[in-house]
Amino acid sequence: MSFWNDPLNVTADWLMGIFTGWGMSEIVAQILIGFLGIFVLVALLMVVDIFLVWVERKVVARFQDRIGPNRLGPWGLIQPFADIIKLIIKEDTTPGGADKVVYNVAPILSMMSVLILWAVIPLAPQMIGVEDLNIGALYIIAAGAIGTLSIIMAGWSSNNKFALIGAFRQVAVMVSFEIPMLTMLLIPTIFAGSMGFNDIIQAQYPVPFVLLAPLAAIIFLIAAIAELGRAPFDMAEGESELVSGFNTEYSGMKFGMFYAGELLHAFTFGGFMGILFFGGYSLFGLERIPALAWLNSPFVHIFVLIVKAMIGYWIIMWVKYTLLRIRIDHMLAFNWKFLTPLAFVLLMVVALMNALLKGSPLWVYTAGMFLSNVVVGWVALEVARVYSRREREKVEGVATT
Amino acid sequence: MTGEQIIFILVAVFTLVSGFMVVTSRNLIHAALWLVSALFGVAVAYALLNAAFLAVVQVVVYIGAIAILFIFAVMLTRKDMRDQGPQMNPNWWAGAVLAVLVFAGLVFLLLSWGGLSATAADMPADFDTISELGNALVSPDAYVLPFEVASVLLVAALIGAVYVAYNRK
Repeated sequence: MSFWNDPLNVTADWLMGIFTGWGMSEIVAQILIGFLGIFVLVALLMVVDIFLVWVERKVVARFQDRIGPNRLGPWGLIQPFADIIKLIIKEDTTPGGADKVVYNVAPILSMMSVLILWAVIPLAPQMIGVEDLNIGALYIIAAGAIGTLSIIMAGWSSNNKFALIGAFRQVAVMVSFEIPMLTMLLIPTIFAGSMGFNDIIQAQYPVPFVLLAPLAAIIFLIAAIAELGRAPFDMAEGESELVSGFNTEYSGMKFGMFYAGELLHAFTFGGFMGILFFGGYSLFGLERIPALAWLNSPFVHIFVLIVKAMIGYWIIMWVKYTLLRIRIDHMLAFNWKFLTPLAFVLLMVVALMNALLKGSPLWVYTAGMFLSNVVVGWVALEVARVYSRREREKVEGVATT
Repeated sequence: MTGEQIIFILVAVFTLVSGFMVVTSRNLIHAALWLVSALFGVAVAYALLNAAFLAVVQVVVYIGAIAILFIFAVMLTRKDMRDQGPQMNPNWWAGAVLAVLVFAGLVFLLLSWGGLSATAADMPADFDTISELGNALVSPDAYVLPFEVASVLLVAALIGAVYVAYNRK
C-alpha cells in the first residue's frame, strides 16, 4: 500500500501513529481523523468553488462575445478573490421586520444542502465519504429537500414580496421536477442493481449508461437544471420582475453563500451526470488494461471525475446562456404534462426491456436498450407535436398544416 | 456509556425539544420549522439504527414534501400568523392525564418485553437491507397485501385530486 495507490488510508495511518504517540486514545484519534477528513474535503470544495466563480464569469463572457475578467492576475485568475473581499467587507443588512433567526439560518442550510451531497460522491473506488451507503441515488433527493427548505425560509423570513414570490416559484419548480429526477435516478439503479454510486460506476464497464439510456440522461439533465434554478428555469430570480427572487434582501457574504452554493450545486450536478451516465471516476475502462494499471491511482480517478464534472457543468452553463426564460405556468405544465409521464413511461420500458434482454449478449442488450430509448423519445415528441398543433389551430382558428 | 448512546441521547433530546417547540411556538411558521427539525431528529434516529433507507425516505417524504406542504398551507391562510389567544383550552388536564397514562402504559409494556435490554447483533458485512426490504414488500408471505392496499389508496387519492381540480369546459 503506497501513497500513490491509497493516499487516504496511508495518511490516516500516519496521523493515527502521531496522535496515539501523543497519548491520545485510539477512539478519540479516530474521531479526530474523521473530522479532519471532512474538514479537508469541505475546504477543497470551497477552494474549487472560488475558482468556479472565475470559470462561470469567463465562460459567460465567451458566450456573450466578451472577454470576461482579465485585469487581475493571469487571465483574471485573481478576480474571484477580489470578489470575495468585496463580499466580506460589504455591510451586512437585515431588512426591518425580518425573522432574524430564520433569515440567518437559510443561507447556511442552502450551502449545507450542496456540501452534504459530497458525502456520497465517490472520488475514487476507495475514496467515498460514507462507504457502504447503498442509497446514494435517493440521498440526492433528500439533500435537495433541504435546499428547498432553505429557499422557502429565505423567501419568507426576508419580509419582502419579491423574495416571497421568488421562493414560491422556486419551491414549486423544485418539488415538481424532483419527480422526473427521482424516476431517472431509478434507471441507473435498474442497470446496476444497486443505488450505491460505487456499484453504479463499476457496472458501467464496458458500456456507460448513456449508451443504454440516452433519453434518461437528457431528462435527468433537464430536471437537474430545473432543480438548480438556472435558466431557462430561473423564474425564482427573474430579475426583470422580481429584482433577484428569494435572495433579494441578502447582502454581503450571506448572498455569497447562495451564489457560491448555486455554482457548486451546478458543478456537483455535472459530477452526478458523469457518475450516473458516463462512468464516473473510471477512464472508460482504460485502467483495466494491464499495461495501464498505473492509472488505477485515486489521483487519476479524481482528475477524471473533475474533468467529467466540468464538462457537465459546461453543458449546464451552455444551456443557461443560450436559452430564454420560460414562463412559470409553461414550466410547470411542461413538467407535469410532458416530462413526468415521459419519465414514468421510460422507466417502465427500461425495466421491461431489462427483464426481457437480461440473458442476451452485450451488444444485443445495448442495441435493444438504445433503440427502445430512441423509440420512446420519438413517440413522446410526436405526441407533443400533434398536441401543440391542435392547440395552435384552436387558438388561431385555421389549419396550420 | 458508549458513544452511540451519547449520540442517541443528544438526538432524542433534540427531537423532544423540537416537538415541544412545535406545540408551544406562537408563530405558525416557526412551529412548522420546529416540526421539520423534529422530523430530522427522527431521521437521525433511523440512521443510528442502521436503517439508512428509512432515514433518507424520512427526509425526502416528511421534510421534502409534507413539511413544505405545511408551510405553504400556513402561508396561504389569511389569518395573522401570530396567534394571540390562550395556548391551553379548558380540557388541558384531561389531555395531561391521558398523555401520562399512555406514557406509563408504554413504559410498562416495554419493561415486560425481554428485548428491551438485549443488544442487537451486528449485521453481517454483506447484508443488503434494501434488497431485503424490497423483497419483503412484494413477497406474498410478507407485506405484499399492505403494500398493494397502500398503492391503491394513493392511486385513488391521485385520481380524486385530478377529478377535483379538473376544469370542465
